[in-house]
Amino acid sequence: MEKRVTFGSWTIGILFAVPQLLLIFTFFYWPAGQAVYWSLTLQQPWGGGNIWVGLDNFRSILSNADYWNSITASLVFAGISTGLAMFVGLVLAALTDRQLTGSRFYRVVLIWPYGIAAPALAMAFRFILAPEAGFMAVVNQVWPGFWDPGLDGTDAMASIIIAFSWKYVGYNFIFFLAAFQAIPRSLIEAAAMDGSGVIRRFWDIQFPLITPTIFFLLVINITESFQDSFGIVDIMTSGGPANATNLMVYKIYSDGFKGLDYSGAAAQSIILMVLIVVLTIFQFRFIERRVHYR
Amino acid sequence: MTIIKRGFAALAAGALSIALAMPAVAEPVKFDFWFGLSGDLARVVDTLCKNFNASQTDYEVVCTSQGNYDATLQNTIAAFRAGKQPAVVQVYDVGTATMMLSGAYKPADKLMEENGYKIDYADYFPGIARYYATSKGEMLSFPFNSSTALMYWNKDAFAKIGKTQAPKTWEDVGADLQAMKDAGYECPMAINISANESWQLMEQFSALHNQPVATKNNGYDGPDARLEVNKTKFVQYVTDLKKWYDAGLIKIKSKDLGQDMVQAFASGTCQVILTSVGDHGTVGKTQKAGMNWDVAELPVYAGTERKNSLVGGASLWVLSGKSDAEYKGAAAFLNFIHDPKTALFWSTNTGYIPVTKSGFDYMKSTGFYDKAPFKGREIAIASLTASEPTEITRGVRLGNFTQIRAEFGTQMQAIFANKVSVQEGLDTLVKNGDAILDRFQQTYPGKTLP
Repeated sequence: MEKRVTFGSWTIGILFAVPQLLLIFTFFYWPAGQAVYWSLTLQQPWGGGNIWVGLDNFRSILSNADYWNSITASLVFAGISTGLAMFVGLVLAALTDRQLTGSRFYRVVLIWPYGIAAPALAMAFRFILAPEAGFMAVVNQVWPGFWDPGLDGTDAMASIIIAFSWKYVGYNFIFFLAAFQAIPRSLIEAAAMDGSGVIRRFWDIQFPLITPTIFFLLVINITESFQDSFGIVDIMTSGGPANATNLMVYKIYSDGFKGLDYSGAAAQSIILMVLIVVLTIFQFRFIERRVHYR
Repeated sequence: MTIIKRGFAALAAGALSIALAMPAVAEPVKFDFWFGLSGDLARVVDTLCKNFNASQTDYEVVCTSQGNYDATLQNTIAAFRAGKQPAVVQVYDVGTATMMLSGAYKPADKLMEENGYKIDYADYFPGIARYYATSKGEMLSFPFNSSTALMYWNKDAFAKIGKTQAPKTWEDVGADLQAMKDAGYECPMAINISANESWQLMEQFSALHNQPVATKNNGYDGPDARLEVNKTKFVQYVTDLKKWYDAGLIKIKSKDLGQDMVQAFASGTCQVILTSVGDHGTVGKTQKAGMNWDVAELPVYAGTERKNSLVGGASLWVLSGKSDAEYKGAAAFLNFIHDPKTALFWSTNTGYIPVTKSGFDYMKSTGFYDKAPFKGREIAIASLTASEPTEITRGVRLGNFTQIRAEFGTQMQAIFANKVSVQEGLDTLVKNGDAILDRFQQTYPGKTLP
């Protein structure tokens, strides 16, 4: 006997889906379609008209060395900040899960950073990492010239990675902690009685059991590091020095809204969208294989 | 049930009659003015608007700050595309070329004429008027907040090295900075090298030395102009700045690093800065107690015949697609701002300079420039009127100039971080800037600047 619930009529199913489809169409497909159209034309900013240019916008973007530099910067940023935020989140969650002294307190406090808006936290980090006034001023006094995000691209990149990771540590922490707490205590206790230590239990029991969460967070972190970095870059470095932190999403903003080059910005957002889609497909195709769902 | 219905009907009728009665009290015509100043300056604009509304009963201007110049232009474009644009908008200096090609404005001179206001355009300082006028001299927008760049110098520090005058040439500046360094000053001069400093370092420098920023008379003669700062005196200037930076005579100060150059000067940390006369008030209000300082015209290289410096700031544009009544109001508002008394109010409460000769004369007659906090600001007028504007000291009229300024910041940072040589950096600036200009030209095929 067929156990699945089936609906005899298509229309009812579609009717249920219509409100959702309408929403998605209005807020996603329609603007995305508009962006595709803009990327194939040259738009006059004031709406005086446009010219069909085919793929010219894409050609000029992809032949621009600055744009490739921006892609590289985005990938470096995504890779390092995702790794850092996930690693720190994982360690903190594992420690909190062990019910060490004060873990209830940490559980609440560590979630807060994710609740802070990117520009506000970027402002805070700008003060903390300012070479002449902040915390790094002390370091600079010991080693003069050690920290100079104003001229040194690597230092500037490090600043935005630190700020972004700090925010996402909180986000990853919540998910990791939930995953750890979903593991039956009996498994851990049995392992403990068999004499395995904390590290051994982590690698052999907890880590394999939370791989679905790790995979989920990997996809989310990489996607967000491409999109959510805007506020931090805008406040902390404005894409400088010498384009070192000009991430793709920031370049879209500065070309489109500051430079009034709407078509070029539209083409860049299409490329960014494709890149994120490809990265996500890649992750599902190759990394998900190693994930054990229960 | 019927009682409730009747009650509602009565209420509705009452509301309607009140609504109908209201306009009988001669409601003033409302129109919008969007501007890009914030903080203290936004409060001054609000007061200005209140004064206008109080000065007559026919019109009411609703003034809304959009935060900054970039946002004002972006929001205005978005509003224009949606048909909800303000009647009057403040657009910054470098947005002029974009506005002229937009087809979205009503020429200010025509507006004033149609509404019966006589404006003496010759009364504007030529250096200010020509920045915003067409190549034929018509005023499409009205200059509003205006400033120019000056050199701020610490008299105490210069006294230590035996100088009582500000240096007039860059050669002297170099020697003085070295002397100050030898006298133990950590930071003889502060600069910043972001997009914003294109104004004083590249544009003002080029105008003072009568050097072009771009071909076609800096873009006034057509949108096919291309940059040429990689083969003018500007190359030597950047080379010198870099040399002084390497020798520790110049320090880079920016907000991102903890202290911007105005703060660095006001606190006595740095002894020379190049910035807008608009910062005159800020330095005065925030300076270290007892510090002696003054302003001077920007230096030039020895043997240069000094030309006028460029105006910076913004002008007021009237947008198309509004009603006649709103245009009447906009014209009255522009006329109010043009008044010398408004100029005095505006300059007293901000660091901006008057834009008309009559405004300047009126302010002089009230003794404005004799008193302590405002003394020195007349040097800005002297700098702006140092000569009759030449073909290339009228201004810079290039499309998407905001992006070119950003490119300036990028390349200067690359030069100062020793990633590229001065010539390489400026060559890249020209190459990337030209790509931006190419794109602008392609976006407006066949159009020419008025």
